[in-house]
Order: sequence, then structure tokens, then C-alpha cells
Amino acid sequence: MTTKEKSWKEASPAGVCWKSSATYLTGDWKTFRPERDVTKCTKCLICTIFCPDGAIHWKVEKDDIEFDMSFCKGCGICANECPTKAIVMKM
Amino acid sequence: MKSVVKQEIQGLNGDEAVALAAKQCDVDVVASYPITPQTIIVEKFAEYVANGEVETEYVCTESEHSAMAACLAASATGARVFTASASAGLALMHEMLFVTSGCRAPVVMAIANRALSAPLNIHGDHSDAMAERDSGWIQVYCENAQEVYDSVIQAFRIAEHLDVQLPVMVCLDGFTVSHTLENTQVLPDDTVKRFVGTRQFPVVLTHEGKTVPFKLDPENPMTMGPMALPNYYFEFKRQQEEAMRNALEVIPQVHDEYAEMSGRRYGEGLLEQYALEDAEVAIVCLGSTAGTVKTVVDDLRAEGVKAGLLRIRTYRPFPAEAIVKALDNVKAAAVMERSMSFGGRGGAVFHEVRNALYDTAARPFTVNYIHGLGGRDTNPSQIRMIYNDLQKIMHSKRVDDPVRFVGLRE
Repeated sequence: MTTKEKSWKEASPAGVCWKSSATYLTGDWKTFRPERDVTKCTKCLICTIFCPDGAIHWKVEKDDIEFDMSFCKGCGICANECPTKAIVMKM
Repeated sequence: MKSVVKQEIQGLNGDEAVALAAKQCDVDVVASYPITPQTIIVEKFAEYVANGEVETEYVCTESEHSAMAACLAASATGARVFTASASAGLALMHEMLFVTSGCRAPVVMAIANRALSAPLNIHGDHSDAMAERDSGWIQVYCENAQEVYDSVIQAFRIAEHLDVQLPVMVCLDGFTVSHTLENTQVLPDDTVKRFVGTRQFPVVLTHEGKTVPFKLDPENPMTMGPMALPNYYFEFKRQQEEAMRNALEVIPQVHDEYAEMSGRRYGEGLLEQYALEDAEVAIVCLGSTAGTVKTVVDDLRAEGVKAGLLRIRTYRPFPAEAIVKALDNVKAAAVMERSMSFGGRGGAVFHEVRNALYDTAARPFTVNYIHGLGGRDTNPSQIRMIYNDLQKIMHSKRVDDPVRFVGLRE
């Protein structure tokens, strides 16, 4: 769990969210994590478009992509879509 | 004690009594789909709208599933919402009933109880509402048109109570109550309006860190009823159970307050007891059947038989403790019910009454009588036969056949 969980008496009724999705970290759902071989990566950014969680960001200052492991659920779509097979999913 | 308000007597059938009560309760939205035997309710209400007698937004939907979805959405914005259904219509709402109670939307719905197909039958029994007993809705079963009128008004106060916040079904037996004309005492409009008041809201913590009234509002956005995984779903269900337990306290409070104003009481709101105090044999039932049972109890009492009646008015939440107390001196009790739990060794009401009595020291004998399915009449002589059976059970101290059928051609 990403934070201390509330008891039934503390939680808001009807599942009303007491924190936004930006602070509800879903990264701990994953079984597999993406690993990138930088020598194969052409920085085509196809992975950033396909990531269903928006968890792969283009970082201007680094001139490179970055995986946000706090939100990557490990689905493997990036690895599947990568045209150079630079991304592989590992336990 | 406050004095009883002067009231007008009107000739109303059960459905018209529902529509009039809803009209007086200052309802903001009605979303509905007609089905026999509740059709008169929504027809009558549509007439009020067409005549400009109410300011209610009336939504004609394409199905009952949609009707309940619209009711839930309207209720989530803070509106007071009413609808009605029956039988297949209620069954089509099934999914949305759980969403509505899970979203803690205090919608009030009248159910003109009707059998479920197949074979197709439009007449009264409790199969429809009993199939929804676990949907998280409060269920009140009424005996006559007067009680239906009174119960709809009370239902809004119960549903919207800050400790409850649950939807309520007010059940009336199809045709026997829904279509039968009765003298009904009607409160003045302003008295009802004052009694129900305006909707109150608990406060909740939102994702913006604000504590705001629990309703959808663009100024204070919130997400209701989103996904809750194994880490939270259970907690939200426990909250609903707590609200049901709170309703056991709230229903008698609201009933009391209403009784002072109207002069009408139905037991203490959860159960109605009739000649039960010193009774040795008792019938437990719901709805209009109780009227016939009362007549038979009067006859038997005149003959010296210690017969009594316990009518369960509030079936959800189930008033188990009050039932145990009410049946304290009874030696043998018969649960009469108008629905089947196929293969369940008796009906749902029987299961729960028996369950409530299991841990009591002087556990009375209990027997189940399924009756009145598909609108079949249950007459006084059949009820008299049940009391005869109970006396036999009391003396022999044996229940050989706990599940029996009354009025069935054998």
C-alpha cells in the first residue's frame, strides 16, 4: 500500500475520493517492470503515446525519456510497441 | 404532546395515495417508467406536472434501468427524488439499485408488489421486492392505502437522515392495496412540507482537501462511487451496514414525530403487534394480509383462543431484537409469506424470523406458510386453519412439516 489506509469509520461515504489521482500511487500494482536498452532506443517516443497511464515522460533537460515508476502498472504495452525492441519487461 | 392536525378525508386507492404523498413532499425530480400495478402512481404524478401543480422535473425514460440511473444522478446533485416500479420493472433496475444504495443516494421508490414471470402474472405477491432484499435499500411493507400515504412521507425523512443516507422502498400489495379505493386521511400541504423540510447533507472530505456537503457541485468537485479495489470496497460496504443499523433507531423516531402530528401509529414503526401481549399462538406476516389476520384474531379471541399477530412493517433493516421481544410469550408462530425461495426450505421471512429466535431461551416452534402467490386470495377460513395448526403444534410440541402451502390445490 502506498499510504496508511483508513478504517471504515474514517473513510468518506460512497467511495468519495479524499485524494486526487496525482497522489494515489498505482505503481505498486505491477508485477513486471520495463527496462530500456539505451543503445537500441531511438527516442521515437512511440512508448510515451501508447502508455495507458501516461507514465513515460519526455524530459527536455535530459533530452531523454523517463519512466515514472510511481504510476507504471507494468502492463508491457511499451515493450510490445517499441519498434527497436529496446524495452523488455522484467520481474 | 402536540395536538393532531385537522385532516381531510379523500377516497384514494393505494397508488393515488402514493402520488399525493410524493406531491406534498416537494420532490425535485421524478424519473420513471410505467408498469402494472404501479402505473397509476406515475400517471397521477405526470398529471400534477402537466397541471402545473408541482415544480418537479419529470423524466420519461426508456426503461426502468434508465429510470433508476436518472434518479441516482439527480439525487447525487442534491435533488429530492421519487420513482415507482414493480415486478419485471424492479428486476430490470436490479443493477442500479446497488449503485444507488452504494452511492448513498436517498431516493424514495414505491413498489406496487407484483409476481415475477414466468408464467406472466400481473397480480400481487412479494417476489419482486424480496428478490431485492440484499440491494441495500430500506424496505417498508404497508397494510393499506392510509399507511402507504403516511409511509411515503416518513420515507423521505428516513432516507435523508444524516445517520442513514440510504434509499427507501415503500411496498404496497399489487391491486389489493394499489387499486382498492379507501378512505384516506390527508394532511394539509404545508404541514407535510414542514415535516419533510429541505434535504440535509453530511459533509465529506474531497480530493482537494476540502470538507464540503455531500453532493455534486461544480464549485466543489468530488467523485462518488468510483472504483474501490480489495483494499477499500469492504470498508464502504461496512458503512452501509452501519447506516442500516442506524435506521433501526431513526425509523421509530420519525414514526413517533409523524404520529404526534397525524394521530396515526403503526406499532412503533418497525413492528405492529395485535393482541400479542398474552398470545400463545401468533402469525407473523407482511403487508395487506395483516388486515384479514386481524379479523380472524378478533373472532378467535371471542372464542377464548389466545391468538395474536405480529406484522413486520420494516423488513430492511430487519428488527431482529424487537421480533424476539414481541414473540417472547408465544409458544408457536406461523410465518405467512407471499414469495418463494425455491429450494430454500421456506421463504426469506421465515428464515430470518427463525434465525432471530434461535438463541432465545424459550424458543417458540415456527412454521412457514407460503400463500397468495400471483394474487391468489387468502381468506379468513385459511387463516383460522393456520391458527388451528399452531394450537396442535403447541400441544404436540412437534413441527413435522415446517414449510407448508396455503390455498394451493393439492
